[in-house]
Amino acid sequence: MSLLTDNKLLMGNEAIALGAIEAGVQVVTGYPGTPSTEALETIARYAKRCGIYTEWSSNEKVALETAAGAAYSGAKALVTMKQVGLNVASDPLMSLSYIGVKGALVLLVADDPGPHSSQTEQDTRVFGHFANIPVLDPATPQEAYELTKLAFELSHEFEIPIILRTTTRVSHSCGDVEVEAAEPVPVEAVEEGFVKDRRWTIFPKLTAERHPWLENVQEKLSERFSGLSFNSVSGSGKIGIIASGVSALYVKEAIEAVRGFEELFTLFRVGTAYPFPEKAALSFLKGIDRLIVAEELDPYLEEQALQLIGKAHLPVDVYGKKNGFFPVSGEYNVDIVIDSINRALAAYGESLCLSHASPAVSREKLPPLPIRAPTLCAGCMHRTVFYAFKQAAKQLKKESQTDTIFSGDIGCYTLGNAYPLNMVDTCLCMGAGISLAGGLYHTNPKTKQVAFIGDSTFFHSGIPAVINAVYNGANITLAVLDNRTTAMTGHQPHPGVGVTALGNVSKAIEIADVVRSCGVESVKIVNTVDPDSLESCIKAAKEAMNFNGPSVLVFKGKCVGITKPDKHYEINPEACTGCGFCIKELGCPALNLDGDKPVIQDNCSGCGLCAQICPSEAICIGGVKL
Amino acid sequence: MKYDILIAGVGGQGVVLASRLLALAAMKTGFHVSTAETIGMSQREGSVSSHIRIGDKVSGSLIPIGQADLLLGLEPAETVRNLPFLKEGGKVLVNIHAIPPASRPPGSPEYDPAALLSFLCAYYPDILCSDFTKLADEVGTYRAANVAMLGAVAGARVLPFQEEILKAVLDAEIPEKYRAVNDAAFERARKCIRSVSGT
Repeated sequence: MSLLTDNKLLMGNEAIALGAIEAGVQVVTGYPGTPSTEALETIARYAKRCGIYTEWSSNEKVALETAAGAAYSGAKALVTMKQVGLNVASDPLMSLSYIGVKGALVLLVADDPGPHSSQTEQDTRVFGHFANIPVLDPATPQEAYELTKLAFELSHEFEIPIILRTTTRVSHSCGDVEVEAAEPVPVEAVEEGFVKDRRWTIFPKLTAERHPWLENVQEKLSERFSGLSFNSVSGSGKIGIIASGVSALYVKEAIEAVRGFEELFTLFRVGTAYPFPEKAALSFLKGIDRLIVAEELDPYLEEQALQLIGKAHLPVDVYGKKNGFFPVSGEYNVDIVIDSINRALAAYGESLCLSHASPAVSREKLPPLPIRAPTLCAGCMHRTVFYAFKQAAKQLKKESQTDTIFSGDIGCYTLGNAYPLNMVDTCLCMGAGISLAGGLYHTNPKTKQVAFIGDSTFFHSGIPAVINAVYNGANITLAVLDNRTTAMTGHQPHPGVGVTALGNVSKAIEIADVVRSCGVESVKIVNTVDPDSLESCIKAAKEAMNFNGPSVLVFKGKCVGITKPDKHYEINPEACTGCGFCIKELGCPALNLDGDKPVIQDNCSGCGLCAQICPSEAICIGGVKL
Repeated sequence: MKYDILIAGVGGQGVVLASRLLALAAMKTGFHVSTAETIGMSQREGSVSSHIRIGDKVSGSLIPIGQADLLLGLEPAETVRNLPFLKEGGKVLVNIHAIPPASRPPGSPEYDPAALLSFLCAYYPDILCSDFTKLADEVGTYRAANVAMLGAVAGARVLPFQEEILKAVLDAEIPEKYRAVNDAAFERARKCIRSVSGT
């Protein structure tokens, strides 16, 4: 046992990375997605030293298939994604569960209750159940590290992919973690190589043969899970509580404030969510009168418990989401769990009540606070492009009474929806903006369709939608916002950048060439970096919108998150009339009112958009600020 | 022992770095530690907060309402927003340098930092405050306001570990080219708070 001070302060994602390296991972693939991204990034840092092949794949489906190929060859593989990425990867996953793997294959899937930065609150435990893929559910960075290693062991032993499911509060929490190796070291790789066998080719006959095997694995794993310490029982009371992941910690904290809580409650913490550890759960359920279920997202444990209670004819009442005692959505915390447990306790006449700490200032007492909505960075190239299209659409409306519908997509540029730009009328999922614009075109013939997509998203799932628009004659304009990085998730490279996850130079794929070869006849590359770029952007937008047929503009610029500003703008107070046009039109975080006149703050990164729209020409270059 | 710290600010102010430094100092002292932060859209001028839980044992990483021992507010509005987490009699250190929101969507209340600061003082009369952004700017860069605030809490002696440990963590964690300016911000704030609080 090491001293506490020898532990490492690790983010959950980093702990997973170190666990995977210790487990001997040889191939790592993924697509960035908050809150999963840092796992692959951490492995990339050690990849060369430890001999691990690591890639950012073009999307999650490709990542999973690449990892599966490696695992078919006997390698240990890890693939990382967020919960919505699992949807993209679900097609291969559903078949892969039947086929199984050699070596090992672990999927890190990060869920986002809240959600903090996601399109859905979906629950990967349920997805695992649906796909017949075992799901491990850590609560802390320490457990994430240990369960990662277990996932590789189980995957190898049972020849089945395993999901390590985290939530934001595990992936992005930091904690002191006791790791075995002080520094990651290469693990001796056993790579048998691919052996030809009919088992690798899914076919109805093979599926029919494999399905009973797959069902049998679930039973065996349920049995195995029941004996693991990651599923633990504490306390001896007649009020049972079941919880998994970080919710179990909230429960612990909520009940530990009660004196003698061990005699009142029995807590069953589930670390292996699917297949449900029935044997362990049954022995827990037999010792209690009532069951409280505390879990974020879907009522997964609740359904498992209800099923088991019914199957075993146990006299246990259940209090959870299904009967309104716990919130059905949103992220939990100790206070929510206390309120929910109290509702359940009161419902069956228990006099005990868990108490909250009382703050000096409650939320109701707070004065009105400014809304601080996330917005495009100061100097972001996307603001110039959005503004240019806004002007072009205004002109189009004036000239021909044509309205324009703007379809957005997933990435920083989703923030084009923010006030005052208001330039996102639809946003659904990765790559959907282009196809949605197609659907809108076929049903709204009197409007013009413009779709925005980022460079990384274009490679992720934009290309098939472009092909579809051309093939089926959708007269849309596509603006590719190419800032040379995957900015939203922390600046990962992608196929258009020409650099791999490990920093090696590779072939850069030119977006304009791709769309030309897809049959788009009107393709133009537009530079957004010049200080007078607005006018050329408006002109290009108008031309593209007036083109009869699919048209594509590739706007090239830079992400201010990874480039240094080369100039800084200032407002000449004598020329400024205080009209506030720059602030009202752009919503740039560098522009603020100081008294009755705007000022440009230190975070200006020199795009000059404000200078180009100022009616009084009061904004000028003021040198470089570091 | 149990000590909960909440750091609140705006994306880009260094909330995450400050929480990492405190967490490491707590670990070096021999405590368990857990931090929670949201990384994602919040970085783009949105509200950012980090919860740091220190103790002989730690539970979930989110601090419950009314339990934080210390609130480090890098910005007045964000300090007030997170005030319900602070326990009665908890300590507040606030940077009075205000960052107005990037845009004012219809319905967003007017930002009046002075009113918010007097609201804070009404509930926590022994609040510690200063313009740490200005202080940091004077010693080299406004970006070191977060480290200046760590210097201030060290100076005010409210942390459950020695300031030497925090200082050593700072020296180990901050890249060499930024070390001098961060050291200066830390020291200056530490001394100025000590003279204010007279300890």
